[in-house]
This record gives sequence, structure tokens and C-alpha cells, in this order.
Amino acid sequence: MKAEGRVFRYGDNVDTDVIIPARYLNTSDRKELASHCMEDIDASFVKNVHDGDIIVAGRNFGCGSSREHAPIAIKESGISCVIASTFARIFFRNSINIGLPILECPEASAEIEAGDKVSVDFATGIIKDETTGREYRAEPFPPFMQSLIEAGGLVPYIKENY
Amino acid sequence: MGMTMTEKILAHAAGLPEVHPGQLIMADLDMVLGNDITSPVAIKEFPRFGKERVFDRDRIALVPDHFTPNKDIKAAQQCACVRAFAEKEGITNYFEVGRVGIEHALLPEQGLVTAGDAVIGADSHTCTYGALGAFSTGVGSTDMAAGMAIGKAWFKVPSTIRFNLTGRLGRNVSGKDLILSIIGMIGVDGALYRAMEFSGEGVHSLSMDDRFTIANMAIEAGGKNGIFPVDEKTLEYLKEHGAKEPRIFSSDPDAEYERTIDIDLSTIVPTVSYPHLPENTHSAKEGRDIRIDQVVIGSCTNGRLSDLEAAAAILKGRKIAPWVRCIVIPATQRIWLEAMHEGLFDIFVEAGCVVSTPTCGPCLGGYMGILSEGERCVSTTNRNFVGRMGHVKSEVYLASPATAAASAVTGFITDPEEVCNEG
Repeated sequence: MKAEGRVFRYGDNVDTDVIIPARYLNTSDRKELASHCMEDIDASFVKNVHDGDIIVAGRNFGCGSSREHAPIAIKESGISCVIASTFARIFFRNSINIGLPILECPEASAEIEAGDKVSVDFATGIIKDETTGREYRAEPFPPFMQSLIEAGGLVPYIKENY
Repeated sequence: MGMTMTEKILAHAAGLPEVHPGQLIMADLDMVLGNDITSPVAIKEFPRFGKERVFDRDRIALVPDHFTPNKDIKAAQQCACVRAFAEKEGITNYFEVGRVGIEHALLPEQGLVTAGDAVIGADSHTCTYGALGAFSTGVGSTDMAAGMAIGKAWFKVPSTIRFNLTGRLGRNVSGKDLILSIIGMIGVDGALYRAMEFSGEGVHSLSMDDRFTIANMAIEAGGKNGIFPVDEKTLEYLKEHGAKEPRIFSSDPDAEYERTIDIDLSTIVPTVSYPHLPENTHSAKEGRDIRIDQVVIGSCTNGRLSDLEAAAAILKGRKIAPWVRCIVIPATQRIWLEAMHEGLFDIFVEAGCVVSTPTCGPCLGGYMGILSEGERCVSTTNRNFVGRMGHVKSEVYLASPATAAASAVTGFITDPEEVCNEG
């Protein structure tokens, strides 16, 4: 599996309240959630995002509330991958569970700039900044999480194994 | 090598003799929790697991507490979805308005969690039950759905940071001040993926309500769970609330900790977290020039009886500043009744506060106290992120009930000692 797109760049501690504000949590409709994605931190995100685009952020991405609406909104908005230095733990497991590709890579997180064109090869963990030509390697997932990802998320994994 | 109490509970839940940090396990769950925001997503996912029924109708709790009593039509639809699922599956622990309270105050109060349990909840503050000596952590809706389907969840065993507490908290200093101070010390990702174990001789002086507050905010340091050893206070609480027989796990003397942080409780002062991260801590004294518009006293963090008592002790015989709106929200119906019988509502109303039905409401900018552009709120809740309580240009300052009440009186962020000393 591969991803390629333009980068939206954010800082440290991007919380799930800015990814999808609670005032929109009176619905679980994916499209409606996506239409407010990142609204409180980047009002132009929804207007500018294209299928395949990539979010690059700093430390502790997705901290705060457990709302799965956050990775759902990001995925539904067309984002193909989130690269961060570290992820908050609930966001991390939610992303794996719903099949939103995420990669932890402090070097890529530090160097990739907004608007860069970036490609990601999930099989090898290689992140390439096509704009600067620099390459990075993300930490591989442990085998159990790899099998969750390969199964297509938690639901098919549980269905197959339990 | 010995194990920490978190490791022991996870080993027990996974049916393994021992576990180590970093190990991935499948654990049996004693309780699976969801609310009116997270359950509808889980309920939508549930049929995809291909199970006819939930794994155990007694070990699921559905608590519509966030936007209830229904704040709008969409919220009503979500609650109707949860209600219909609870009815169809015969869920024992479904709580309708009139019985419902804020989930993390309600479950312990109803005796639904005991020491040694492994609990997941589709709400990040599920870590609260660590106060009872349980392993308890927040997850998302898909994990909740899987939990309802098979009674299991996957975990990476966390390493543990130990907070070695000594001494006692001073007057007008509470568990909230301690946990805010800790978050200020280690940062909002200072315990990322880790267990936070609060132990040492100082623990025993902390009330159960303080322990709930402290464990509740482990997530605000990035923690997977917060946990307290089981002592006489815990056992008394569990007995009083009709919880099932506790399984007591204690950390071994040779358990391995990632690090130990020593804290002398007597050094903790009334603390306030400034916008827009809980780690931006300052002493309450420093905030004397910051004028506020609203005060919220309540939430899963600080809506328990002793929290209301602490606020009432400050507000008794005083009036809140004319420009301040003060909203008091008892966390459960039982707390509401007890507060009423103790006469706390007379104190609140005479001071100029309003008392609400139990709800998460304003904490997450749902309703019942939304802020306009430029407004500032001192709140006993747990998050002060951008836009958390309303407009993106509003500000939330996190504090204890005593500090919140003192700030309501002066209309500026205020150390409770200042108000008390004025007589």
C-alpha cells in the first residue's frame, strides 16, 4: 500500500477537540464530521484538502478526548496518512482500529514542510519528501498491529479470530 | 523480577502468569462503558462483528451523560439510538435521565467497578477507576464495539511511572491541585503510553474523591491509566457502594518502574492551568489580574460531593462578583440529593450561582454554559484546549473547586486562602 499527496503541517499536541470540535459530535455521520475537520485550528483545511493528502505534525498528535470521530473525520476528508513524531495513545489505537494509516517518525515530522509533495510506502515504512528529495524511515509496527492493519482494522480481525 | 499492580491486573485479565512492558495482550474485560457521543458509533459497528448478542448484558454500561437532557434534535436522535440498543440487548446498566449521572462519578457510585477489574470505556476519562485499584482506560468506539461483542480488548502493557507521595495536602489544597501540578511538571505527554501509579505513605491521607480526581486526569499527561493501591479507604468505599468482591493486586517491592518522582504533598499550592494546555500551570496567586466571566464547578473530574462542599465552604455567606456567571453541576443524582440535604444549594443560590442537572454539558462545549468570543472561564473540568468550552477565542482556566469558588467571588483568578482570610 502506498500514499502520495501534499502536506498539511501542524505543530505539537494537536488535540481531538480541534480535529473535530465537540459541538459537531451530535452526529456520527462521516461526511458531516469530515466537513468540520480541523475547523478550529485550520479553517481552510476542508476547502483545500484533496484525496491522498498527508498530515504531518509534531508530538502527541490526537491528544485529549477518545472520540473516534477524530480519525474518522480525517480519513473521510481524504487524508491518506498522518505522520507525527508521536501520537496520543487513544488516537493511535483508534486509527489502527479503523484503518487510518499513521506513522511515527520524529525526523520526518521535524523536516517536512507544509505544501511538500510526499510519498509513503507502508510496506517498508519509507517516507519520501519528493519536494526536497529527502528520505525517512518510520518505525515498523509490531507483528500484532501489522496483522490488525492487514486484516483491514479491528472488526475484520476479530471476526476472523474470535 | 516483580510486577507493578498494573502489570498484575493485566496478566490476570489475559490469563498469563506474568506480563512485561511492551507486550501485546488480549485481556478479558470486567466492564465496557460508552456514552451518548461514543456509543452510537459503536452500536453502528456492532453488527459487523457477526455476534447475535452482546457478550454479557450485565458487564456493559451505557451512560447518556454528555448532551443530556437532550440538547437538540441531533442529540435526541443519538440518545434514542443508545436507548433502543440498550432495550434490544437487555443492557442492565443503562441509565435514563433522572437516574443518569456523569459516567465516571456514576459507575463507582453504583458499585459497578471494583479493585482488580479490567475496564475499558469509550471515553478518555475512563482512567478514573484506577482510584479503586482497577486497570481502567479510555478507548474509541470500535474498541467498545469489540468489547461488547467478545468481552475482550487488546493492550500494549504499559511501563509505569511511580509518583511517590509523602506528607499531606494543606488547607484549601486538593487532589486537583496535585494532578495539575504533576501535569505541569511532566507535560501533557509526560506519561504517554504509560501507567501512572500514585503510591507512598502520602496516598493514605487522600480522600477517595481526591483519588478519583487525580486518576481522572492521568490522560491529560498522556497516561494510559492512573492507579492507586487499595487501602482501607478503598475497601470501605467499595463496601459502602455495594461493589463486588475486590481482587487486591499490589506492586511488588522489586517491581520495575520507568522512573520514580517524589512529591511532598505539603509543597503543593492552589494551581491553575492557563489556556490552552493543562500543562500551562501557575499558582492561583499569580492570576489575580485575570478577570473572568464564568465559573463552572462540576464534571467527572470535580463534580463529587466533597468538591461541592469545598466550593460551598468558600461561597457561604458571600456573593459572587456581579459580572460572573457561576454554574454548579452535581455529577450524579445521588450527589445532587446529598448536596441539597446538606443545604449546599441554599449557599450556591444565595451567592448568585445556578445549579444544573447532572451533565457533561459545558466541559466539552456541548451546552449549559458556552463561552462567547473573548470570554474567560475558571473551570473545575479537565481540558482547556482551543474552543473547548465554546468560541475558538474563548479561554478556559482549570482549577480546583475551592479556587473556582474563590475566583467567582472576586471575579478574578484567586487563591482560596485570600477569600478565607478576608473572613
